[in-house]
Amino acid sequence: MPQGIELGGIDYVILVIYFLFVLGIGWALRRQTKTSEDFFLSGRSIPAWIAGLAFLSANLGAQEMIGMAASGAKYGIATSHFYWVGAIPAMVFVGVFMMPFYYGSRARSVPEYLKLRFDEKTRGFNAISFAIMTVFSSGISMYALAKLLNLLLGWDFNASLWVSAAIVLAYIYLGGLTSAIYNEVLQFFLIVLGFAPLVFLGLENVGGWSGLVAKLEPAATAGGYAPGAFSHSWATMGTPAANPMGVEWFGMVMGLGFVLSFGYWCTDFLVVQRAMAANSMAAARRTPLIAAVPKMLFPFLIIVPGMIAIALTHAAGSGFALPKMADGSWDYTMVIPQMLAHYFPPGVLGLGLTALMASFMSGMAGNVTAFNTVWTYDIYQSYIKKDATDAQLLWVGRMATVFGILASVGTAYLATQFNNIMDFLQLVFAFVNAPLFATFLLGMFWKRATGHGAFLGLVLGTLAAAVHHGLTLPAGAPVGIKGGWLAAPPMHAYSSEMAQNFWTAIWAFCVCFAATVAISLVTRRTKTDEDLRGLVYALTPRPKEEHLPWWKTPEGMGALVMVMAIALNIIFW
Amino acid sequence: MGLDIRTPIGLMFGTFGLLLAGYGLATGGSDIYQRSLGHNINLTWGLVLLAFGAVMLWLARRGARKP
Repeated sequence: MPQGIELGGIDYVILVIYFLFVLGIGWALRRQTKTSEDFFLSGRSIPAWIAGLAFLSANLGAQEMIGMAASGAKYGIATSHFYWVGAIPAMVFVGVFMMPFYYGSRARSVPEYLKLRFDEKTRGFNAISFAIMTVFSSGISMYALAKLLNLLLGWDFNASLWVSAAIVLAYIYLGGLTSAIYNEVLQFFLIVLGFAPLVFLGLENVGGWSGLVAKLEPAATAGGYAPGAFSHSWATMGTPAANPMGVEWFGMVMGLGFVLSFGYWCTDFLVVQRAMAANSMAAARRTPLIAAVPKMLFPFLIIVPGMIAIALTHAAGSGFALPKMADGSWDYTMVIPQMLAHYFPPGVLGLGLTALMASFMSGMAGNVTAFNTVWTYDIYQSYIKKDATDAQLLWVGRMATVFGILASVGTAYLATQFNNIMDFLQLVFAFVNAPLFATFLLGMFWKRATGHGAFLGLVLGTLAAAVHHGLTLPAGAPVGIKGGWLAAPPMHAYSSEMAQNFWTAIWAFCVCFAATVAISLVTRRTKTDEDLRGLVYALTPRPKEEHLPWWKTPEGMGALVMVMAIALNIIFW
Repeated sequence: MGLDIRTPIGLMFGTFGLLLAGYGLATGGSDIYQRSLGHNINLTWGLVLLAFGAVMLWLARRGARKP
């Protein structure tokens, strides 16, 4: 059992002040939200730095905080691949190359871009799967929050669930996307300033970075790896057996760094919506580039506490140990809560817990604002009421917010009953997401790609992901939800679930890419060059930003960000 | 925009800073700081938050004066 946390009066005061501020921001913005464009796109009025921090914060949900700290304890510094390989290059790409089409086309959502570029069915496929997926992921995140609060603080599960849902609902209902974005900026600073003392105290305790590296050696050798396996990100990536992730560098770079990361950062409306709300093309292109700088520093805030936790657990007499699960393995998901309880006295403890709550709320709000927009523009206005007035759209958006939150709460309760259904749904969504980037890449850079090609490519790519999953199995896993359900014995055994995920994505991408090209070549184009102006690279005039020194242009900023990311990879090689 | 987000951020962190620093002064030397390796982390971090809040409020005021 994890150790419980006793909160003092000061901690509750901090939590309540935070709630008052997030609600106050929604209240202050209610009068500015007059049209549907205000509600769904912040009236395209957000400055670049705010959009950039919101872009980052919307992605920084509970899964990220809890999950990446857990991975830090499980895999060590190699977890940084999810940032320096699996995020930064894609963020630079979407800012420099893709944003001109998203922002320039005046599409109001990612599915709407697909409608403009391809056709109705491609949009429908993307809109419906995305809408369902966002509701489920916000529900799963709410479930995780309520369960954690129940376990740590003894708070009532139902009360935790409904109170956090009600707060997010209130501030989005009142102020729409602007309210979500403003709160995400506030939450970003809270997360950084709430967790930073944890890193300082933890590092001091283990004797600084060099002390941490030395204390990680027993953790690595206990798992049967070379002593430096937890403190080097690339040195042990030669073979899957040599590193705790169980992946080799090629699968990691292609699967994570290319397919999964570009598929998420470049096509997921949850993040792209923040850039679409920017006040100009220049600001929209800078949004992901500004976000990339704090993103590449986050490993020090999130992964390092996990590494400290596992180092202390293996160091005799440290007074800190991760709790164990029923089967005797470490409960890695408890890294952040246990570290908070261990190092923080009342006062900062309230700040740290509030930061944890903030990360859950920013992720939930990101999902809900993306959901209400896709529902209203891409489902309601496209299929249910084509001639809806703007006032009706605004009303539908507010109702969709209420519905989205209620559906998330429902999902959270479903998760308490049927854990397997949740795993199954997440698997299906992974299949749907895996091939998406191939469709966008071809859509934006090859004018010959057709609607039939895109749609069938997506369907076949999704099927390829399912088939690959069905034919393979991670070592030691039972047949079923983990794979192997199509062939007995499985055609291939991966050394870890992560390796299997990466290769599922690689196969889905390749099949979608090849199928889209082949089918496009045998089907007729339905869009003329004129239709595709502003949507395809070759048919769009380059956005010109004159009178700027090179390092202020998106290309120059992108290059600087890449150099910084490469430097970090080399330093922690 | 009607609301400069730096204002509520500055106010919130300023309040947190005052609270933590005040609490840190009141509880100086208490056993609770054994957890934080003997540092009065409430006082130190409270002052950091206060400084951050002040910078945000100053930026917001400077932004409001510019057209």
